[in-house]
Amino acid sequence: MNVTAIFINLIAIVGLLIAFYKNREKAMMSLKVAVKGFIKMLPMVLIIILGIGLLLGLVSPGTISRFAGEQSGFWGVLIVGLLGAVLFIPALLSFPLAASLLDGGASISVVAAFITTLTMIGTVTLPLEIRELGKKMALLRSGMSFLIAIIIAFIMGAIL
Amino acid sequence: MNPDQKKKAKKGMKRDLIILLLLLITTLALIIIFPEKEKGVSDASWDFLIEMMLILPAIMVILGLFAVWVPKELIGKYLGHASGIKGIILALILGALPTGPLYIAFPMAAALLAKGAKRSNIIIFLSAWACIKIPQEMVELRFLGLEFMLLRLALTITFVVIMGITIEKIIKWSDKKASRSS
Repeated sequence: MNVTAIFINLIAIVGLLIAFYKNREKAMMSLKVAVKGFIKMLPMVLIIILGIGLLLGLVSPGTISRFAGEQSGFWGVLIVGLLGAVLFIPALLSFPLAASLLDGGASISVVAAFITTLTMIGTVTLPLEIRELGKKMALLRSGMSFLIAIIIAFIMGAIL
Repeated sequence: MNPDQKKKAKKGMKRDLIILLLLLITTLALIIIFPEKEKGVSDASWDFLIEMMLILPAIMVILGLFAVWVPKELIGKYLGHASGIKGIILALILGALPTGPLYIAFPMAAALLAKGAKRSNIIIFLSAWACIKIPQEMVELRFLGLEFMLLRLALTITFVVIMGITIEKIIKWSDKKASRSS
């Protein structure tokens, strides 16, 4: 178990202890929310895990790096960024997926673009966003989010 | 959670289970066709499964604690009137608190806008909600490392603030134009 994993678990345990000390009922409610959330997310977790297995086990690193590696350049970032905008994957699960892409030979820029568009832009939730915030604001937000995702991706690629 | 949302969540889970089943069948078929790849697929899946299971329960507990202890009214109370640098910082912090999926943020944002909150702050709040949530950053730290996570965080904050202010200007400008021409 690495340091980050220990750190995350420690925070959860300490938080839970404090919660139980302060208010037993509310702490139990938190646990219930946690278990429910975990069960709800489990199928998606397994989908991503299997997807990662297929990606790393079947697709050769050469193929991944041709489409998403350094040499894929601007178009690689743009296409994977678009993919991230369209896909509907919980943000929490975008990180293991991104890590597996990196393992498979994708570039830093491509991975950064993927994470940023995946989390910031929701094509599936866009109708709701338009209904709540109006067409102008929703479309401006999504469009500009895509633009800054691409800019962030290239800056990250240049620095790291 | 209202009944409508509950129904939606159930439907989502059913969809996920169907996708999972199809993917499982595909994987088995692929392994039968390419038996030499089996080890690669199962090793990679297994590694990531362990990684996820070591942190996901803890992440869910942290999310649960915040969901119960941080009332949503708090956000309205602080974000409704804040402006200037203070408003921007509050929007970032309140957005980053782990308080649920993005689709519950939209009605909240709409309500705040109707009450007169600054448009730029609402955009910043929504963006922070979407992509710099605290538990999310923990998972990013675990899988992509400190350097990657911090750099992306710093860049995201910078550009999200610029975006919020720009969108506010654009909407003000186009509203003014619309009212002048009518």
